[in-house]
Amino acid sequence: MSKIQIIDINKSYGKKHVLKNINLTFEENKIYGLLGRNGAGKSTLMNLISNREFPTNGEITLNGEVVTENEKALSQIYLSSEKSLFNHDAKIKRIFKTAESYYGSFNWKLAIEMIEKFDVDINSKFGKLSTGYSSITKLIIALCIPAKFIFLDEPILGLDANHRDLFYEFLIETYQEQPRTFVVATHIIEEMEKLFEHIIIIKDGMVIDDVDLDELLNSCAIIEGSGSIIDNFTKDLDVYYESKVIGMKRIYAKNFPSISDAPDGINIRRMNLQEYFVGRTN
Amino acid sequence: MYFKFDEEKPLYLQIAQQIEDAILQGIYKPGDQIPSTTEVSKDYRINPATVLKGMNILVNKNLIEKKRGLGMFVTQDSQTEILENRQTNFYTDYVLDTVKRAQELNINLNELQNLIKKGYENE
Repeated sequence: MSKIQIIDINKSYGKKHVLKNINLTFEENKIYGLLGRNGAGKSTLMNLISNREFPTNGEITLNGEVVTENEKALSQIYLSSEKSLFNHDAKIKRIFKTAESYYGSFNWKLAIEMIEKFDVDINSKFGKLSTGYSSITKLIIALCIPAKFIFLDEPILGLDANHRDLFYEFLIETYQEQPRTFVVATHIIEEMEKLFEHIIIIKDGMVIDDVDLDELLNSCAIIEGSGSIIDNFTKDLDVYYESKVIGMKRIYAKNFPSISDAPDGINIRRMNLQEYFVGRTN
Repeated sequence: MYFKFDEEKPLYLQIAQQIEDAILQGIYKPGDQIPSTTEVSKDYRINPATVLKGMNILVNKNLIEKKRGLGMFVTQDSQTEILENRQTNFYTDYVLDTVKRAQELNINLNELQNLIKKGYENE
């Protein structure tokens, strides 16, 4: 079993402590959702894993070997992010060929299919692309190189609804044909929830959730009601957030036994990942 | 068949239930092959582990069986089993809820019985 382990990682920029005692394991052949509000530390974490930056302390290993300046390990880890390292004057086809020579192989069959479906002009210069096509170009590389651990930081930036849907289809297709690990950092939670198997939530530089998605949502509930009825019903629950909606209280509970019969005046329902996330990180 | 998902239940349960629905309605008959995990996963952009979890519920209930290298197939008695199982659960799944809603609207037993009768006659 191939895996990436993040062991007691801290990262500071001067006095700013952006990642605090992070311990995580990324297992092989899973799709992870890496969630957090702006500035939570997601991108920093992915930059550390891919050696674009280095931790203040702690270590990151691939199958037990520290990844820092370890070319063999780093050839198995790929980060696709907004800040790209490609030559802006190079044509797209040149960028694909460079990726092929750097990573040793390239899935041209998939690349050609993606080029056609996304209608990419491979003779365009990378620096001249719109945000959407820049994202698409980076996605093609991420899906076509042979690395075992692919990190995608905001992969669908600037993609229209049709192109996002097409990306989800390609992601699932290539994941099934050639299982590997994808870690997707995104704010588009509602749309991507169905793609995730495991969820990691970062808040203020700390991991606050690291859990199987089904397990998480099966144990949470949103409870709505008003007055003393809701207060009595929820007083012994593990409430992690509450809000008001048209005069009613909306309670977000964790470790909720099971969504069974509600007393009169109380409405209990399952929550989706976005609802969980918003309450958890507010 | 097509799938329609909501947020009321875990996705894997909905997948299992909707394949059951299709078997019950005779869309898939005993011996028929059902869509593969790969197809369902790709067409609905759902993580394959989730789809597999749903399929495994049906395998464990003996409603579908895996034929190595070929795919998943509907077992002989699956339709009858689903029917009997749902008949058994009809009271808890539907009747109790209907009675509760009727009571909220001050519809008494007699009136509810008449409504049910009317429903049958309209069929």
